[in-house]
Amino acid sequence: MSKKGLWVLVGVGLVVSLFLAGFVSFYANSEPDGLVKVAEDQGFLATAQDSANATLPTADYGIAGVDSERLSGGLAGVLGVVVIAVIGFGLFWLLGRSKKATAEKQGVDQESA
Amino acid sequence: MQIQSVQVHTMHIPDGFINAPTSAVAGVIAVIGIAICLNGARKQLDEKTAPLAGLVAVFIFAMQMLNFPVALGTSGHLLGGALAAILIGPYAGALAVSVVILVQGLLFADGGLSALGLNIINMGLVTAVVGWFVFRGLVKVIGVSRPKVMAAAFLAGLVSVPVSSLAFVLEYAIGGTGTVPVSTVTVAMVGVHILIGIGEGVITALTVGAVFLVRPDLVYGVHDRLPKQLLVTSNPVTTSANGS
Repeated sequence: MSKKGLWVLVGVGLVVSLFLAGFVSFYANSEPDGLVKVAEDQGFLATAQDSANATLPTADYGIAGVDSERLSGGLAGVLGVVVIAVIGFGLFWLLGRSKKATAEKQGVDQESA
Repeated sequence: MQIQSVQVHTMHIPDGFINAPTSAVAGVIAVIGIAICLNGARKQLDEKTAPLAGLVAVFIFAMQMLNFPVALGTSGHLLGGALAAILIGPYAGALAVSVVILVQGLLFADGGLSALGLNIINMGLVTAVVGWFVFRGLVKVIGVSRPKVMAAAFLAGLVSVPVSSLAFVLEYAIGGTGTVPVSTVTVAMVGVHILIGIGEGVITALTVGAVFLVRPDLVYGVHDRLPKQLLVTSNPVTTSANGS
């Protein structure tokens, strides 16, 4: 069945995502992004306040206590991938499952589904 | 206010840019939007598309870490709403980006906690809706082939970013704490975000093009418009010989 191809795609995608977040992210451009740059240039960046959880050990995509910037950022990237994978796959599995459950409830009319 | 001193990977709207009442209203709107998306996604997702939706959330998180240069001293990063909407539908797409923004705000302190609603509206809801309608409108007119789908994906990504920046401008106009005139902010925001939109369009086109190459039936934005020769891939009788 074509389901196999789907899981190959998902597996490859996960590996690519881990590589990007855990390794390539170190080489990302570190200039301020569009919003920050505009705020800086136009003069309203000073209205920004630190997030209430800016003191988290994982704040700003790093792991507190890990000295190597490359390792700290890479670990944070991997952590983010894992957390979002758990939430994302869980949430969408539940949503996809509920459709199947509803369809079964409504009867066995659609055989091809 | 040490924002400039840290290495900025991405920086969503922080606390303080937009006043508390406006942020609170945005929070309510975001919750309503997410509720609508949960309901819509339940109708669109099935067991085939659910794993892809999980992957889309993960991929967008990873790609958002990869800031690319857009002009002197300025970077941009993927927003991902258009990409997500094209691949898994607008409802699930907006949800996928919202999950990313929630985790970024809660776990990595990227974007203010009070600004979560603002960030979800701008980067999750607006980009998914705009990206979806641009993409669907285009494929309806030009048809479906890999180059055409990639062209439509490019434009959907490109347009979604400046529109998202306009959503910020609207929020700034209503509840911005800064004293800079709205017109000035508008010009600056839209200008730089058109440049970022080009990057968004390229990433969106390449990613959609890659998925379309291996499994065109998994691209939700064209799943009901695939030409017959491409439908063969999802036919259970022939897939055993397909090897994918």
